[in-house]
Amino acid sequence: MLDATEGYTTADGRKIGGVVMDMRNITLRFGGVEAIKDISFDIREGEIRAIIGPNGAGKSSMLNVISGFYVPQEGEVWFRGEKRPQMKPYQVAQQGIARTFQNIALFEGMSVLDNVMTGRLTQMKAPLWAQAIWKGKAEREEVENREICEKVIDFLEIQSIRKTPVARLPYGLKKRVELARALASEPKLLLLDEPMAGMNVEEKEDMSRFILDVNDEFGTTIALIEHDMGVVMDLSDRVVVMDYGKKIGDGTPDEVRANQDVIDAYLGVSHD
Amino acid sequence: MPDTLIFGMEVFLNGLMAGVLYALVALGFVLIYKASGIFNYAQGVMALFAALTLVGIMEGQVPFSHLINAIFGTEVHHFGWHVPALLAILFTMVVMVVLAWAVQRLIFRHLVNQEPIILFMATIGLAYFMEGFGDIMWGADIKKLDVGLPQGINLAIDEATFGLFGYGFFIDNLDLWATGIAVLLVIVLVAFSQYTKQGRAMRAVADDHQAALSVGISLNFIWIMVWSVAGFVALVAGIMWGTKSGVQFSLSLIALKALPVLMLGGFTSIPGAIVGGLIIGVGEKLFEFCFGSGQCFGGIINLGGATENWFAYVLALVFLVFRPQGLFGEKIIERV
Repeated sequence: MLDATEGYTTADGRKIGGVVMDMRNITLRFGGVEAIKDISFDIREGEIRAIIGPNGAGKSSMLNVISGFYVPQEGEVWFRGEKRPQMKPYQVAQQGIARTFQNIALFEGMSVLDNVMTGRLTQMKAPLWAQAIWKGKAEREEVENREICEKVIDFLEIQSIRKTPVARLPYGLKKRVELARALASEPKLLLLDEPMAGMNVEEKEDMSRFILDVNDEFGTTIALIEHDMGVVMDLSDRVVVMDYGKKIGDGTPDEVRANQDVIDAYLGVSHD
Repeated sequence: MPDTLIFGMEVFLNGLMAGVLYALVALGFVLIYKASGIFNYAQGVMALFAALTLVGIMEGQVPFSHLINAIFGTEVHHFGWHVPALLAILFTMVVMVVLAWAVQRLIFRHLVNQEPIILFMATIGLAYFMEGFGDIMWGADIKKLDVGLPQGINLAIDEATFGLFGYGFFIDNLDLWATGIAVLLVIVLVAFSQYTKQGRAMRAVADDHQAALSVGISLNFIWIMVWSVAGFVALVAGIMWGTKSGVQFSLSLIALKALPVLMLGGFTSIPGAIVGGLIIGVGEKLFEFCFGSGQCFGGIINLGGATENWFAYVLALVFLVFRPQGLFGEKIIERV
């Protein structure tokens, strides 16, 4: 068992820090259905943490609990060493937790650049009138924020579509724009809900590369959900495995792969 | 120059001015519709309520005086002071912000994720409630509103056109002011929605609620803000209409004239509301001039007047057939 403040070193030599997000005994019910049953796990600074499981395991529910879209009936969420009081999703976002959605939630009518700029909204502080006439602090702020966005846009290789309305983009690019918007807020924790869903092999490889690069370049802590085992195992440092709302495995990809419960959940097991 | 053309030009100019007033009301609709997808039937009543409140504050009227007198047997009507127009406008704006907050808090907070038709019904309810509330609060009599805007014929234009054509145009000063104020209002609104953080957040909320939440935007705050801005626009419209034809309860019906304007301009476009308003204003005045009273083309068509009552709606109908999204509305695309 790892200590909360002490880090560890990954197989490829990256230093992982202390606990950023600590989920303690989370239980989430919808009416009589228990979507998440008493699950605890943590996410450490700088690591890529995956939550995997078969369909309906409760992965997305877990992500929604972290990002404040769902409120668990039981359990505590600790973020950066403090117990998080009940919060609205926008407050969670303001704390520095950015996310993407399984079904892509972008501002379709706006350009790619405008979409990415919305990621900076919480960082803008200039007074209203100054923003409207684009002077003084507002101008400096806009320039600074724009620079950060351009950096992210360059990084994700979407320069050529900066001015295109998002509605016109193909699916794969939309996913990338969504990632760009989340990154633009310079999140302390980045949540990715099935970043590879619906993609072909090539797009998946691209996305995997971007996720690894983001983590490497910006040191962003990433938690992602995926049900493609192969991709996850290559990508992540540690993996939580869920099945029917319960945690059935937690550890490095190798540990998880060797876990009998996980094998049963994924391949099925005969009950005789 | 033939007389008909000169008269026609005067009619055209007056139509533009009338269109500006339509546009002002339509603007309020567009703002709320864009940000929350709610078609706010109460926008016209909001203009009425704003005008009533403004007059009430300026005249130092005691709110709910009828109610108070009836219950306590007193005879209070006026505080006995007069508030300067500018200060009264500020106070009225405060009232409109409180109203925006109350509307969000008491009604739409409980209707999140409901069907558009249910939200629409809620605004109808709101419209009737506010009409009654305004009545109880300030009384039902027609009130004169004078915030110091100049009224009457503009002599400069009259003389200039007389020198040019030998016929002086009648252009009302108030209409000129209304035009100037409307232009200013649109510039401010566009600057606000395009360049400010709150404006960007407003557009974001209009586009996708979930995504807006995930980048840290409070939907509640944005909605209160949008209703406040719509309240402000209603106040401006209320001042213009109120000054022109007195503050009376038929003011709430001008909202109906805004409907064809919106169909022309599109429900989601601020410039569309302006252009739509102008087209309706000019269109109905010119149509009345040419065919309503038969003054064009030697009077071959003479409908005998009163075309202004229906022209706008027929025009809107034509638009619905050929361009349902309006001139500037977002194109309706269905992916198959």
